[in-house]
Amino acid sequence: MHEMSLCESVLQIIEQQAKAQQFAKVKTVWLEIGALSGVEPEAMQFSFEVVMQGSLADQARLEIIDVPGVAWCMPCGCEVLVRQLYDECPHCGSHQLQIVDGDQMRIKELEVE
Amino acid sequence: MCGVCGCGEGHTHSHDESNDHEHAHDHHHGHEHGHHHHEHSAEHAHAPGLTQARMVQIEQDILAKNNRYADENRRYFSERGMLALNLVSSPGSGKTTLLTETILRLKDELSIAVIEGDQQTARDADRIRATGVPALQINTGKGCHLDAHRVGHGLESLNLPEHSLLFIENVGNLVCPSAFDLGEAHKVVILSVTEGEDKPIKYPDMFHAADLMILNKTDLLPYLDFDSAQCIQYAKQVNPRIKVLSLSAKTGEGMDNWLTWLRAEMALQRIEYA
Repeated sequence: MHEMSLCESVLQIIEQQAKAQQFAKVKTVWLEIGALSGVEPEAMQFSFEVVMQGSLADQARLEIIDVPGVAWCMPCGCEVLVRQLYDECPHCGSHQLQIVDGDQMRIKELEVE
Repeated sequence: MCGVCGCGEGHTHSHDESNDHEHAHDHHHGHEHGHHHHEHSAEHAHAPGLTQARMVQIEQDILAKNNRYADENRRYFSERGMLALNLVSSPGSGKTTLLTETILRLKDELSIAVIEGDQQTARDADRIRATGVPALQINTGKGCHLDAHRVGHGLESLNLPEHSLLFIENVGNLVCPSAFDLGEAHKVVILSVTEGEDKPIKYPDMFHAADLMILNKTDLLPYLDFDSAQCIQYAKQVNPRIKVLSLSAKTGEGMDNWLTWLRAEMALQRIEYA
């Protein structure tokens, strides 16, 4: 997808935080990536290394926390796990699913010094 | 450079944390890595030459910055009663032809403008300007999508009258633009019948993000094996709320429906909610 520009956004957030929270180097970055976010973890790893080069997060480790996709099935009235946006409810086969989790891409935390 | 957002900085990395260089020599001090360091952040008592690793909670959406700019654009549109539509599709779906045909039919009754996103060239903006409405070309260079920040600057330079209809023609790409809110009222995804009916499930993110799907180039249906009903079913599988219009921008078949939709959406922007 657009992992390169996502990593640039990650770097911008890190740079802001470095000023606000007084750190000069980032050792590890934890990202929460939902299964339905459209982000490819492998492409993210690759882009991360490239984008962070020469920055305060150069050589930093990227840890991706996978978050499963969860949807609310309107006919069943219960939460179900989904792997794709076009999945159907495993109970009733409906596509009337409202995504409730797994579409996020968030910076969770950093290990810094 | 930019008074609103200070974006002269661009994407360059700033390297001038010059006051922090006493750390430069000692990066290896045997801290075990793990998820359970949260409680140590208050420890500042480090031995000379050693730096203290600590955890910093961030909890920020990666797209937070884009979303902030998108909110600003949305406020701009709503204050001026404007309708902004984000047109997304793969390259060659006929977005620009749909636009020029739409503009020719509506320009006498509405103020219309177009923001064109392409990696390179101003060809699309030239095609739009030939219809007599203002168009701004944004070249994204290596970028695969428009972002809300660039669109915001586009709005400044277009300086459109109130109650305008703004089409934002995104970069031809069925993947990336789905994640970037530009502040539009709706994403409209255009799919031409030459592309294959399974595109909605092959590229679900875009069809999930769109409110309206336009099935374009229907004049070619007699020459193709394209199954329209199946295509619409796939789209609704990904997004049960999506509405679908079939049309041919070339022959004009079905265009009336689209114009009615646009007029109705324009009228909605004039409602002043309490």
